[in-house]
Parts: sequence; structure tokens; C-alpha cells
Amino acid sequence: MSKATTHESAVGHVSGRAIYADEQHPPAGLLSLYPVQAPHAHARILAIDTAAARALPGVHAVLTAADIPGTNDLGPIVHDEPVMPADHVSYFGQAVAWVVADSEAQAMAAARQVKVEYEALPALLDVHAAIAAESFHLPPARVERGDVSAGLAAATHRLSGELLIGGQDHFYLETQACWASIDSEGLVQLVSSTQHPSETQHMVAHVLGIASHRVVCRCLRMGGGFGGKETQANPFAAVAALAAWKTGRPARVKLHRALDMQLTGKRHPFFARFTVGFDDDGLLQAARIDLVADGGWSVDLSPPVLMRAMVHVDNAYFIPHVEVQGRIAKTHLASNTAFRGFGGPQGMVVGEEILDRVARFLGLPVDQVRERNFYREGCTPDRNQTHYGQPVVDNHLPELWAQLRTSSAYDLRRAELDAFNREHPQRKRGLAITPVKFGISFNKTEYNQAGALVLIYSDGSVQLNHGGTEMGQGLHTKMLAVAARTLGISQSRIQIMVTSTDKVPNTSATAASSGSDLNGQAVKAACETLLARMAPIAAASLRVHPLPNPSPIEGEGLKTPGSDRSSPLSPGGREVGREGADEAADIVFADDRVFHRDRPEHSLAFHDVVRSTYNARVSLAATGYYRTPGLSWDPKLGRGHPFYYFAFGAAVCEVEVCGLTGVHSLRRVDLLHDVGDSIAELIDRGQIEGGFVQGMGWLTSEELRWNAQGRLLTDAPSTYKIPTVGDVPEDFRVDLFRRSKPPSTNVIFHSKGVGEPPLMLAIAVREAIRDAVAAFGDARVVELASPSTPEAIYHAIVKVRGA
Amino acid sequence: MNPAPHLLRLNINGQCHTRAVAPAITLLDFLREEIGLTGSKRGCDLGECGCCAVLVDGAPMLSCLLPAADLEASAITTIEGIGCGSDLHPLQEAMIEHGAIQCGYCTPAMVLNGVALFAREPHPDEHAMQTTIAATTCRCTGYNAIRNAYRAVAAREESR
Repeated sequence: MSKATTHESAVGHVSGRAIYADEQHPPAGLLSLYPVQAPHAHARILAIDTAAARALPGVHAVLTAADIPGTNDLGPIVHDEPVMPADHVSYFGQAVAWVVADSEAQAMAAARQVKVEYEALPALLDVHAAIAAESFHLPPARVERGDVSAGLAAATHRLSGELLIGGQDHFYLETQACWASIDSEGLVQLVSSTQHPSETQHMVAHVLGIASHRVVCRCLRMGGGFGGKETQANPFAAVAALAAWKTGRPARVKLHRALDMQLTGKRHPFFARFTVGFDDDGLLQAARIDLVADGGWSVDLSPPVLMRAMVHVDNAYFIPHVEVQGRIAKTHLASNTAFRGFGGPQGMVVGEEILDRVARFLGLPVDQVRERNFYREGCTPDRNQTHYGQPVVDNHLPELWAQLRTSSAYDLRRAELDAFNREHPQRKRGLAITPVKFGISFNKTEYNQAGALVLIYSDGSVQLNHGGTEMGQGLHTKMLAVAARTLGISQSRIQIMVTSTDKVPNTSATAASSGSDLNGQAVKAACETLLARMAPIAAASLRVHPLPNPSPIEGEGLKTPGSDRSSPLSPGGREVGREGADEAADIVFADDRVFHRDRPEHSLAFHDVVRSTYNARVSLAATGYYRTPGLSWDPKLGRGHPFYYFAFGAAVCEVEVCGLTGVHSLRRVDLLHDVGDSIAELIDRGQIEGGFVQGMGWLTSEELRWNAQGRLLTDAPSTYKIPTVGDVPEDFRVDLFRRSKPPSTNVIFHSKGVGEPPLMLAIAVREAIRDAVAAFGDARVVELASPSTPEAIYHAIVKVRGA
Repeated sequence: MNPAPHLLRLNINGQCHTRAVAPAITLLDFLREEIGLTGSKRGCDLGECGCCAVLVDGAPMLSCLLPAADLEASAITTIEGIGCGSDLHPLQEAMIEHGAIQCGYCTPAMVLNGVALFAREPHPDEHAMQTTIAATTCRCTGYNAIRNAYRAVAAREESR
């Protein structure tokens, strides 16, 4: 498979011609929306007076809850999320109304003239306040194995700790956007920057009180998604659609950055408490872990996010007795949502916190304690089964880990670093190696299905539709590669189509690192259906008209006399003789040619086989469908086989920390990651590098702050620091793991999902910082806040020095 | 309350565009909303993310901060004015080849800033490239591939 495959829209991107939702040619009469935002985190709405705003020039409507013809709810799991609240404000800045005007400037000006009377109420503004008030969404969730109380009692050592992990804004560069219009047939046409067009379609239908078949949602491409457009594109599509519905004019929402950051949810902050029992070697015996995710005001996707945290808190480590409890704090903040890793990263940070604390407690090298606790195949008693009952299938991690230790010269550098630290009282270097084991599939079994629609036109050109969305991750590029490889044609013959709900219905979100796995199999299935229809026709043509060499020149078509009417098939092509059927199985489609396996020198051009298939009156359009096999999950018991397979990786990071300022620099990064047999190496490397840096931002520099009223203070890039090129080390080594054993699963072309797992490689940065902080003293516990900003690192150093 | 429109005439990518616009319109809004040149992106409206970069008389500037009315005497180059069809600038080619593009929203600015740098200095040092890339925020790539694309252009025998 092509290793140098570049992004399918690369030329459009470098020349500025790739179009996003808000960059379409504006239709006549396009209106713009702007929200009226509540100045309270929690309040009762007493009255909304829109008269003054409506009287302003250019204003067409002021939308409030009362204008919604259908159901005022966007909750994907629990129905607790009004598009606009009728009576209650649930977070600071919540949109209580939307002004629709000729221009955005007019809408913005009019929004200031909407008079809303509020009665302010007390607000819960962080996870601790919610815990104190016992304010939670839904009952607690549990995942457990063994007898934790007995395991803890029997362990040689026990320790307890707690950790608060900060959230993260998605900061997709393209903010939320949707254009809506009502077409000539009265259908609602949406172009949305959404990772989940089917849900956006469904939600808009629900809000407008119409059936889903009257809404079409398309996604051209997104300027980044990262989970932030999985459910949270829906409110903006809903209000744009409502505006179009009310006014009959096309309408557009494109959020300004500050609005986007104020209105949308983020990666969940987590608060964790743990007690762990272990022996003298640091081997874990039992762990009791309590996780509280800050869900924000509504449930959104918090239950599965929490569950993914609960089933990744083990990361790569076998713990015989485990009890994980998870709760979702209900606070008066924006509703937190999916973000690359979907709770997995928070769970794994807790797991690595535990490993570090155990190792330092015992005075053992942390890397050795990590390795000692790995899940491993072939041990007696079994050490390869997770606490939720699924074995770690194809566990390559010990092998990968050993390779990275060697290739990164870990031991040598550890010795050099210790020498450096002895000589530098105010500068300390830290080194860490951390593993990643990440389960691939949606936890919710139903979502693990996908569809595709492949259309071959009679000239041999192909349109490829699938249910996934392109947000920069290269999904379309991979789908092109899958279709081209399956059909045996060059990619230049294939046009990838805009994702649209009228082509492939009932799709799942492009999420959970599963976009390529699910849609790839669906594309392959559709292509195989088409091949199965074309093969007998090709076999017949080859049998009747074995071609002389050389085969015809591309584009000129078959020159063999009578080829256009040569099909021996009866109408519909169904009655292929015994001989034909046998031969069909031996027909090969490769390099735009079609031939019998044993006679490659006698080949037909692909487009001629297409033409013959058309002439034989055989359909050249096919859907493809896929569901991941063997999955099961009981959310009540917290047990099952939720993941088809696991992605593995490991990272070695080296940092230097300044003892006077807490500033750190990342000196070198070595990443080794498992993508299986890569479908597009360049794209996979991009996911690994980009995921790592995004994870590093979450753990080191991206800090969300709210004021005492619940207003987000960090709502701009000036106050919310995502990584820049200066944060990325010059020495940045990335390698793809080559597994020594073939996989037992059948993922598309034996690749592996790569969207999320590399983000968690960045935990090595956090652990390397902790290692450097530890070098400032002799503490047996190094408490380090997350994110580890210079301020947090400085406080950690002070504590270590005082210990 | 809206001030009277102002007739504005700008030279963009070698073409003259005249529009009646609000006097305070930014260059970014002029490009995107009036001319339909959407290659310059609106990432933050604050001059922080760098995605709205254009060249004004060859120098990179942030179009979200520039009053369009100040630029009537200037030659403005947007991403749409770089390269021509299949004849891409070497940096555009290198960005493609090195996989320096994911969602593409920062890409026009990354290209324009680099085009200005390489025009000024065909073989810039690491520091100059780092500073240039640092003008733009990228959320997807982790910058490594972008840096490698810049390095590849800087290492070329012949500058353009």
C-alpha cells in the first residue's frame, strides 16, 4: 500500500481553495445569527423582552425557546439539554436567545438590546463544590473484579492519594459553524461542521418537529474536531435550522472564538481518589479508585466518557483486585463532552500517578515497576485479563516497550541525567518512559457499525461515499486507499464525496479512533460486491475474447470486434454458467486491469469491464455495511468485551526543569507506536506527532480558569495556551512498531486506529517533569498538579524541597 | 447607527477590487465577506492564532487586525495568489510531501509566512524558520512535519 500517501485535500489546503462550512458561496438573502448570553451561571429566567431588538434595522427574528416547533432538547443520552432554556440558566454565557439579522454585526448589536430579567441562584462551579452538595448526574457506575477489601488487607504496603486533573478546550481552529436553508421541496438542508451528521440531522428534525427524511446534513470537512463537534455541533445546527425555518431564508452560524470557548464543553476535569495495595517489588495487589468527572450542566456524553476512564484507569497494568467507582458531577459550567481519548487519558493519568507513587514509596526505579506490572500473555496465574473481563488480545506491549527502551538508550541517558542533576542544584533533568494500551471500538456496542455507497459510472470513474467525516485526520485519504486497493484501480479514478446523510444513513460519529476501521470495512464490502458482479462478466469476456498482447491503450476501449455486445450473460447477468462462476473466482482486478489469475498477460481495461457490466444490465452501484464482530458490553455490570482490539504505544521523554521559575523544556521525545500495517504512513505519523503534542498541551500548558461568577476567563488564545512550535523539541523521534506476530483480529488491511491513542503518549512528559521535580529533594511522594504549568511545577518543587 | 458606506479600492493578488463597505471593516472581513477569498481564515479575531495572515507589500500581516481602509496604496497577496494551478511554490510542495497538512486551517498562513521568509532569505537558519512558524497556531500536526517542510525548502540548491 502506498506509504507516501498525502492528504487527499492537500493541494486545496496549500492553495486556500479547500472550502469549509462557512466558506461556501453565500446564497441570496443569507442571514446571520448571534446569541444573547446569560450573565449568570445559575438563574431563573423571569422574562425575555425582544421588542427593542426586533425593531432594529436588519433584524428578522429573535429566537427563544417559545419558537421551537418540535422538542426543545438536544440531549444525546438523557433528555436534559434545551436548545435555549425556557426558564432556567444553567451556566454562565448560556445562549437564552438568538438574534437573526441581515448581518452578524446587526445581530450582535440587536442581541445587546434583548432584555432578560433573571433571578440569580447559587451556583456549583467546580467538582469539589458538586461533591460537597452531592450534585451528580445519574447513579454511580462501577467496574470491579475480585475482593478489593481482602486484597488491600493482605497487601504488604498500602498507600492512598488524590489527584485533580484539569480539562482542555478543543481549540479546533475552525470554530463551530452551520449553514441552513430550506430547499424548493421544503427540505432542511444543512452544511454543518459536525463529526456526526446523522445525529445533527436527527436532532434538527426533532427540534423542528419533522421526520428525519426531511433533513439532509452534509459535512464538507472540518477545521479540526477532536471530539468537540461530536454532539456539540448540534446546538448551532439547530438554531441555524430554526432561523431558516422561521424566516424562510438561508441562515448561518459561525462562532467567534470567545463565544465558542464560552458556549461549548471541554475535556472533562476529573477528581480521583485511590487506595492501592502492593508488595515489596511494587507488584500491585489491589486498587480502590473513585473517579468524579465534571460533567457540567447537562449529561451530554459524560456516561461513556466516564466509563472509558474507568476501563483505562488500569492502563497497561494487571491488578488482581480492582474496584472503580465513577460519578458525574453536575456543575453550573458548560457541558463537558468528547475529546480525543474520551476519558481514557484521564483514567490513564490516574493509573500512572499510582505507579509513580508506588515506585517512589519503595525507592524503586519507576520504569521497572511499570514493566513489572504489565499485562502479559502466557502467565500462570493469568495476568492478561482486564478488570472488566476482556483479555488483552494480541498484547504486543512488552515487546514494544523493550524495543523503545533500547532505541531511546533509556538506561544510558538515565545515568547521564543523574550525573547532570548532581552538578546542577537549580536545574534538574527528568526522564520517563510510559506505556499506552487503548481499547479500540465504541464502548456502546450499537455504534460499531458503518455504511458506504460506491457508484461506478459507465466511463469507469467512481464516486465513493462513506459515513465518516473528514476533520484533518486523513480519513478520506485512507478510504480512497481502501477503495482503490480493493477495486484494483488508481485513486485518480475515484472521487471522494462530501459526507451526507442522504447517501449513507444512520451513521455513527466519526470518533473513538474507529473511523477508518468501521468505514474502511464498509467501503471494502461495497467494492467487493461490485467486484463480484463484474468478475463473471470479465471472465466471460476473457474466455470468449482472449486478448492479444499488448492490451488496449487506456481510454481507447476494447478494440476486439463485438466486445460491446459480447456478453454471454442472460439479462441481469445472473445466469453465469458453472464454468463462468469458477473462473470468476480467479479474476483479478489490479492496476486498472482485469485478468485471470493464471493468464495475467491477457487483460481487460477496468473501464471496459465496467462498460460490459453496464451493457449486461448489471448494477454498478452498491452499498457496503460493516459491524464489528464479537463485541459485548453490560454497562450495569461494567463487564464484557467492549473493544475489538487494543492499540499500544510507549514514549520516552526527557525534560529540564528550572528550580527558580518552574519553567520546563522538553529536550527529547522518542515515540514508538503501534498502527498495525499502516494504510497511509504519512497520515499515521501525523496523528502520532499531533496527538502527542495535543496531549502535552493538556498536561502542561492548557489551563482553564473561571471567575467566582462562573465566567470562563481563558476564552482566547491570549489566555489559553495551546502548544506552539517552540514547545516541540528539535529532537523528536517517531517510529512505527513492527509487530513480530500477526494479529488475531481482522481490522481493515490489518491496520489499527490511530486517532486517539497517541495523545496519551504525552503522559511521559508529565512523568518526566515529575522525575525532574523529584531530583530537587528526597521526597517519597511527588505531588504534581495537572496541568503542570510553571506555577504548578514551582509549587511541586517547593514541596519536594521542604520534605 | 451604521456609518455611511465607504468606497474602498484594494489591490488583491494583482487585481483591483472596489466595494462599498463599512469604514471600519477589517481586511479579513473584506477578503472573506466582500470578495469571497476565504483562504484567509478567521481563527480568533484577536491577532493571536495567526490563521488570517496575508502579505502586505510582501510582508506578513494579520488581516483580522488591519483596517482595510489603510491599505488602498498597498499590494495585498493572499494564499489564493501563491502558486498558480499545478505550479506550486516549493514550500507548498514540501508541505504536501512532508504531510504538514491535517485540517488545513492553519495551512494558508503557514505557507504565506514561509513564502515571505524564503523570498527574503532563501536559506534561513533554524531560528528564523522556528520564529516564522511560531507566528501561526496549528492544533493538528504538532508542528514537526511543518518544520520538516520548511527545512526541506531551506536546504534546496536553488531558491525560487
